Amino acid sequence: MSSGQVNRLPAPWGTLLERDKPVSFKFEGQTFTGLKGDSLSSALAANGQFMLSRSFKYHRPRGSYSFAGFDSNSYVQVGNEPNVPADLTPADAIISASAQNVLGSLRRDFGSGVALLKPFLPVGFYYRAFFRPRPAWKIWERLIRMTTGLGRISTTAADHPYRDKQYLHTDVAVIGAGPAGISAALAAARGGADVILIEESTVIGGSLNYARFGGSRDDVDLLRRNLCDEVAANSDIRMLTNATCSGWFPDNWLSVAGENRLYKIRARRIVLATGSVEQPAVFRNNDLPGVLPASAAQRLVRLYGVKPGSRAVVVAANSEGDDVAKDLAAVGVHVAEVVDMANDIPVQAVPGTGKRSVTAIEIANRSDPTLRRIIDCDLIVTSVGYAPLGQLACHDGGRLEYDDDIAAFRIRNCPIGGDVAGSVNHCYDLDVVLRDGAAAGSFAAQAAKGSARSSRDVVVDTGANSINHPYPVFPHPKGNEYVDFDEDQTIADLVNAVADGFDDPELAKRYSTTAMGPSQGRLSATNALRIVTRSSQRGERGASITTQRPPFRPVPFSLLAGRSFEPERRTAMHAWHVESGAQMMPAGVWQRPAYYGTTSERERCINDEVHAVRNSVGMIDVSTLGGIEIRGPNTADFLNRIYTFTYLKQPVDKSRYVLMADESGSVIDDGVACRLAEDFFYVTTTTTGSDAVYRTMLRRNIEWQTGVEISNVTSALAAINIAGPLSRQILVKLDCDIDFSQPAFPYLGVRRGTLLGMPVIAVRVGFVGELGYELHVPSSRAMELWSALMTAGQDVGIRPVGIEAQRVLRLEKGHIIVGQDSDGLTNPLEADMSWAVSRKKPYFVGHAAISAFETAPSARKLVGFEVDDGTTSGIDECNLVLKEETIAGRVTSVAHSRELNKLIGLAYVHPVDSEPGCEIEIRASSGLRITAQVVALPFLDPDGLRQER
Amino acid sequence: MKIIDCPLNGPRNAQEFHYGGEVLREPAADAPTRDWSQFVFLENNCSGVVDEWWCHMASSYWFIVRRDRTRDEIIATYSVQEYHTGEEVER
Repeated sequence: MSSGQVNRLPAPWGTLLERDKPVSFKFEGQTFTGLKGDSLSSALAANGQFMLSRSFKYHRPRGSYSFAGFDSNSYVQVGNEPNVPADLTPADAIISASAQNVLGSLRRDFGSGVALLKPFLPVGFYYRAFFRPRPAWKIWERLIRMTTGLGRISTTAADHPYRDKQYLHTDVAVIGAGPAGISAALAAARGGADVILIEESTVIGGSLNYARFGGSRDDVDLLRRNLCDEVAANSDIRMLTNATCSGWFPDNWLSVAGENRLYKIRARRIVLATGSVEQPAVFRNNDLPGVLPASAAQRLVRLYGVKPGSRAVVVAANSEGDDVAKDLAAVGVHVAEVVDMANDIPVQAVPGTGKRSVTAIEIANRSDPTLRRIIDCDLIVTSVGYAPLGQLACHDGGRLEYDDDIAAFRIRNCPIGGDVAGSVNHCYDLDVVLRDGAAAGSFAAQAAKGSARSSRDVVVDTGANSINHPYPVFPHPKGNEYVDFDEDQTIADLVNAVADGFDDPELAKRYSTTAMGPSQGRLSATNALRIVTRSSQRGERGASITTQRPPFRPVPFSLLAGRSFEPERRTAMHAWHVESGAQMMPAGVWQRPAYYGTTSERERCINDEVHAVRNSVGMIDVSTLGGIEIRGPNTADFLNRIYTFTYLKQPVDKSRYVLMADESGSVIDDGVACRLAEDFFYVTTTTTGSDAVYRTMLRRNIEWQTGVEISNVTSALAAINIAGPLSRQILVKLDCDIDFSQPAFPYLGVRRGTLLGMPVIAVRVGFVGELGYELHVPSSRAMELWSALMTAGQDVGIRPVGIEAQRVLRLEKGHIIVGQDSDGLTNPLEADMSWAVSRKKPYFVGHAAISAFETAPSARKLVGFEVDDGTTSGIDECNLVLKEETIAGRVTSVAHSRELNKLIGLAYVHPVDSEPGCEIEIRASSGLRITAQVVALPFLDPDGLRQER
Repeated sequence: MKIIDCPLNGPRNAQEFHYGGEVLREPAADAPTRDWSQFVFLENNCSGVVDEWWCHMASSYWFIVRRDRTRDEIIATYSVQEYHTGEEVER
């Protein structure tokens, strides 16, 4: 148990607190109490626990620096979630949290011993030390990974909360609800715009909640209440609090991370009113818990009712030092001195035991640094100016350029449709801030409504040049002046980076890792740029901050992923398949039956299905095949150009194989073209290829100006393949005007007619090598046909057949499956498909490449192989075909054929081994090398008697 | 995410579109293999203003986008007919 909320101030301090609602939580195993309204870090501070974590490299004690979530030292582990900003996480939402980056305990960290090695760990140490000898990296890597890292992630999906996404559209999005943002939102709403106001904190108001703006706090608070009331009453303003805008993408597309929801906002105009972040003064031990910027001390006092110390020294370079001194005095903190940096400079903070606190500050005279004094204190408050939070504007092309007149970055090239207002635009005086916000808001509304003048009113704060200290950097001979708290980079590290030749800010960043931590340089980039440009003796003016990329803050992957949402397509018979015990499997976006039966009886089910097709009759749902109708006088010519085979002389009522190649001559799709009339073809595609084939056809039709009409009827038509020696006798039982007898409807024939009162396209196909008919009918009535066929075939034991059995059946016939027996580089010649490539056509897609393949020696050939005692061989798809220790190819399909009592398969082999009778060597999954015989295709029924009966 | 102003469907998220490469003229059917291999395998990949094929996937509508690839800025979009006839060039 902790000693209680020793630093808690009485009401009215702590505007966010609900005094009657105590909360309790665990941090590092110890129980703490706080109040509702506390953030995790403020509740801990109320208990006197300022230390939250250990630093990344030297494991130095660190606490929250800003109390606004700007620094990664305030990141903690909450349950399974790492990198939770303690400043932004309500204490009442926490059950148990722990410190990150700790070896041992937060209080006693073995990793802090690394700091003793600091002289031996110069900047760029990793790059210089670990690259030789090469094998040693494996050992180093493990050690380095052990000592670094931010938190632990849980890899079990069930542990993650429900998270989803929402798409929003608005005229004007205002990012940041401080005085500038509120003023902009109100002005935009007055201008008739819909407004979304995005605020990271739980309350709006920003600095109005804690700052004095050089005047009376009561006046500021009255203004805050009025503005908040006005926003709440305005129905055109939608508030998103507790929501961080993490990225600004092209065309004003914002990603906003809410608690459990990711918002994607498209805005006509965006006003960036994110404010600025108070910068640290860089002096020895400036990273100790107990050194705070003025705004952090004010947040603690005003928002959270926490007394940040008992005896304070304020080190100030601007008038805001007096403001914070008044605030501290008002809550009973003894302000030992306000050090004016015009006269005096900080030398070092004197640490307490274990460097976990501050006991004094050493000050030197600015003009004579030998004149020094030590002032006892447990709190050092600095006020050396701000850096604008303009990073979001840089996500879409903006640039932050240093302006030495105001000693700060200015935003250049703000994205089109975007604007900046408030302190991010270097307006600090409250009246100026409000005017700047209003000007930006009203212009945004006009622009969104299309009634804007060419540019908005420019508002300038003439006092902006008195806010920022131009060089708050005070090197100490003993070092430890931290520029970057994320990455533990000191002045010397940057100076050495420049000395090593990395004298450009971008280079120095990469070499030293300064500004590469989770806070992305919000607290370090400005000072780092000042140090780098000074030590490289380049001017600061116009120097740019290193590239800023989304996300602005770490965003949990679970938030980016959202709900698990995988849309799938189902055929008209899907429900029947599931009820009949089919094991469904994905085929592209479709769900198809793999086989019918339990997983434990997989092999037997597949075998029985194969047996049914070979010996009686089976039915396969082939609705997933693409269906494309092409009409017009040039249709045959169009097919002639887009497919490799020839179609001009294809008779009406006949089908013909189609093979599609791309321009590089690779096989990309296949199917069947049915000529329904002189000027009307119905073409099927593979299951996964239909969308791409359809898209390609549309594009080619435009380019060639063939003027055909192309319609994708994949969803409109379902298809059933009824196959097996008994298929005809089942079909004729149904009411149909088509003559199914052999002479009237031969192999490869196509008939249109009416079956059970529904329009049907019937095709005699031979994919599985049996007498068979593909029946293409409207999806809306396909189930009716499926049931009728099942009933009609009941007495002969008709079976539904899944795609696993279909794969075996077509393999016995040596038919390839595009995508399984071909890859992205397979040309028709090596796939043994030259019979499907017309040599007489002047042109087809891929003709030039295929001609070139014909003259060049081929590297591989697809062949059929068999293994006599194949059942125990353990050959799987993708097993390698070896030729004298080099890889000649791979097995693409393999199955045990009960019909042939052999293991059969297709494989790519070296061309010299492609003739029937050759032997090839396959390395099976077991590692054994198995010899297989190359055989002629097909394996079964070479004369096609079965399919033609 | 960028918005592409589809001539058929109006402004839509770039996610709804499929990129179809630069607008190029194919070599003649009987052109030398060298010309064809250059056409098939060598992208111009130039930095500057390029006309590109894009397809709105949900409606399978092909059209032309004139884009400044250096600035990733869409200058204009055309239906194929507009593109070839030159009517109503700027949208």
